[in-house]
Amino acid sequence: MQQKDIAALLDEPACTHNKKAKSGCAKPKPGASAGGCAFDGAQIALLPIVDVAHIVHGPIACAGSSWDNRGTRSSGSTLFRLGMTTDMTEQDVIMGRGEKRLFHSIKQAVETHNPPAVFVYNTCVPALIGDDIEAVCKAAEERWNLPVVPVDAAGFYGTKNLGNRIAGESMVKYVVGHREPTPIPDVSQRPGIKVHNVNLIGEYNIAGEFWHVMPLLDELGIRILCTLAGDARFHEVQTMHHAEVNMMVCSKAMINVARKMQEQYDIPWFEGSFYGVSDTSQSLRDFARLIDDPDLTERTEKLIAREEARIKNELEPWRGRLEGRRVLLYTGGVKSWSVISQMQDLGMKVVATGTKKSTEEDKARIQELMGDDTKMIDEGNPRALLDIMREYRADILIAGGRNMYTALKARHPFLDINQEREFGYAGYQGMLELVRQLALTMESPVWSQVRRPSPWAGISRGKGQALSSTGEA
Amino acid sequence: MAVIVKRKKALSVSPLKSSQPVGASLAFLGMNRCIPMLHGSQGCTAFGKVFFVRHFREPIPLQTTAMDQVSSIMGADENIVEGLKNICEKSQPAMIGLPTTGLSETQGSDINMAVKMFRKKYPQFDPIKVIPVNTPDFTGSLETGYAAAVSAMIDQLVPEAEAAQTKPGKRLRQVNVLAGAMLTPGDIEELKDMVELFGLRPVVIPDISDSLDGHLTEQEFSPITVGGTPTSEFLTLGDAVATLVVGASLFSAADVLKKRTGVVDYRFSSLLGMEAVDALTMALVDISGNPVPEKIERHRAQLEDAMVDTHFMIGQSRIAIAAEPDMLFSFANFVAGMGAEVVTAVTSSNVALLKDIPADEVQIGDLEDLENSAELMRAQLLIGNSHCAQPSERLSIPLLRAGFPLYDQVGGFQRTWIGYRGTRQALFDMANILLTNGSHDIEPYRSIYSVRQEDREGRDERIAAFAARSAS
Repeated sequence: MQQKDIAALLDEPACTHNKKAKSGCAKPKPGASAGGCAFDGAQIALLPIVDVAHIVHGPIACAGSSWDNRGTRSSGSTLFRLGMTTDMTEQDVIMGRGEKRLFHSIKQAVETHNPPAVFVYNTCVPALIGDDIEAVCKAAEERWNLPVVPVDAAGFYGTKNLGNRIAGESMVKYVVGHREPTPIPDVSQRPGIKVHNVNLIGEYNIAGEFWHVMPLLDELGIRILCTLAGDARFHEVQTMHHAEVNMMVCSKAMINVARKMQEQYDIPWFEGSFYGVSDTSQSLRDFARLIDDPDLTERTEKLIAREEARIKNELEPWRGRLEGRRVLLYTGGVKSWSVISQMQDLGMKVVATGTKKSTEEDKARIQELMGDDTKMIDEGNPRALLDIMREYRADILIAGGRNMYTALKARHPFLDINQEREFGYAGYQGMLELVRQLALTMESPVWSQVRRPSPWAGISRGKGQALSSTGEA
Repeated sequence: MAVIVKRKKALSVSPLKSSQPVGASLAFLGMNRCIPMLHGSQGCTAFGKVFFVRHFREPIPLQTTAMDQVSSIMGADENIVEGLKNICEKSQPAMIGLPTTGLSETQGSDINMAVKMFRKKYPQFDPIKVIPVNTPDFTGSLETGYAAAVSAMIDQLVPEAEAAQTKPGKRLRQVNVLAGAMLTPGDIEELKDMVELFGLRPVVIPDISDSLDGHLTEQEFSPITVGGTPTSEFLTLGDAVATLVVGASLFSAADVLKKRTGVVDYRFSSLLGMEAVDALTMALVDISGNPVPEKIERHRAQLEDAMVDTHFMIGQSRIAIAAEPDMLFSFANFVAGMGAEVVTAVTSSNVALLKDIPADEVQIGDLEDLENSAELMRAQLLIGNSHCAQPSERLSIPLLRAGFPLYDQVGGFQRTWIGYRGTRQALFDMANILLTNGSHDIEPYRSIYSVRQEDREGRDERIAAFAARSAS
């Protein structure tokens, strides 16, 4: 990928970060950085397209330590869970045999698994030695007569966030618009309900959580053409241009997809989240608002009223256990404000939150939600997080998996909110799982046991008191 | 405080309980050059033998007085005398255990009398200890039979301090250990290691870790136990600096020992779980006057870490346990300490300890009771012996194998549950089982608008069901 292409991706007019002096995302600081690379971001964004053969072109480090480690779930094909990589060797690098190996790798994937498409992810080494993956993909596409999509996201191009955008860019450039959606069968039609087509962008069906939300959309007559990328099929991505509305779920990661589809296909979009009662309701309302169908609006309000009443009732027994508990929130991919409102729905207090990836707009929203007494954390190294936990008397750290052991080693309860997690928290129903997990860790009796010093700590060492003691331990 | 639910059914289905004679035999098998001879019909021994052989995968010395039709009615004292003589002649053991059975107890056999007859008739065998103990199978269970045998050995072999001139603390480094029936050979090894790390010398009564730990020996065959605690050690118990008692079922045996010798004792109902092991460590600090060895500190810190790591999986999980009282108490407290809920607790016999088990109720019952309750209570994990494999399969609830007998796996008999290390491994295993069998997966939902080829099957039914749901 050329420098100017990267610059173009970094310049994202729809992103509020763009308005700041330095456009695009903050540069990583050597020796003091956490977080993934562009390849990581690209792979994460697209891997949940479940029936595609995802081939990582590079030596083993890229795919070797990252394959099949996501919480995303499929209702059908499990092809995406196979780790496929060209596993380049030293000889490949020296002799320039990378392209050839890639071509044969595509052949093998196609012949073994017969996928509807192949995605090829570029990585640092082939990018450096100048493998032309775009040309290889084109040749392979002609040879085997199926889409072979290059995702040119070598790690050194930039951050994980950039990788997300590259992934989105590849979809818009090579995939979207290449197929007409299959009309829904008559049996799916319900009298009096007009079906509207939508897309979800940036929803990954972690732990299958989107299956909590989908029945609600079905009920409203909102048909999901494609989810980019949770539990998606390649053919569905091809039809995305037929949506009436795009929803950007909970993240700015693929904001370029929403913007470009608005430019190219005139599809309006909104940003929303399915975490928490209020955000879920708001997202449903936003669909109705943008679709602008009065009947849908009416039915949406009815559904919201019913679901909110139901979940409020079901959450009641948990409220007493969670109310007033203090949370330190340090999220990566998921938007802080979204989780904050989820916590507030439960009567919990967020005493501090990470804002490293938040925009000014996000920060304003956080402030609006929580008032001034909440600390915003820009730099979340483990030491700082622990100090803040202590200072703000937080009962629990809610963060991504990589911070799990920061909390546990310091004997603090923890809730994993990132994409590796095993529990689904989305939608009204997801709140029940969330409260269960919150209570599980906060109420666990292990904390008092491991925080207490050993019973012999600090006792003076006398010689054999057994003879004089009365025994009976 | 748990409510004790007594047996209500006439029929016991898939019993959890093993008999008292089997328990008593197990205790004798932990003594060196020993053989138990059950006073009963041949079957009493044969079944017990198969039970042990399958569990330990070892040849098991076990004999029978072989009561037949005539001796069952006319008196079987002669069988005892004869049996003891034959074993003494043939095998020259150091000790013969003589547990009774339902048959001989119902007959009204006086085993003490019979042993006296044997002594009178064959004085040449006087050096060989013979320990009669009443263990009918119509009362108690494996655990109580084991305890009765330990009590009997202490009662018959430990002399009064005054008469024998023993004095607590004369052997400065000796610690007696009364090891309960729930301890495996691996457990006892761990316990001995811990005692030794404090510079103390453990004398374990009985010590199946030395006889039933599964090791090849030079000797190809032996009709009596190879390894185990030598009977001569009973004479030294009174000189020990302290006694550790593991398992509430042995507390009354401990009373006998303490009364007779004056050696102080430290009692533990469980050595599973950090707090339980801490109590042991503290006792060893107290007894030895030594600081806690670094190795033990490290093991404790490792356990702490495992507790924190596994609480996500174990916390709030619903656990059903079927075990003898001591083991039930031990496991129930252990899992409750991790935030799990003991939703089903089934045990074999009614003892005082049961009321302290952290569960709403404890059922005296069988594995059918376990199965019914585990299903009703939506248990996520069963803990019990190999017989629980069937309920586990029928209910699709995974099983953590523990207890007696374990015949469908290798090495279960040897597994270490206790101590910091054993507890840690138990946590890992439980967490792994719960992880693998996670019930938190969200059922895939297929949209009524799906046009996917793979969703075509059953689509119409799905849509009809959806319409019906939204209509209601």
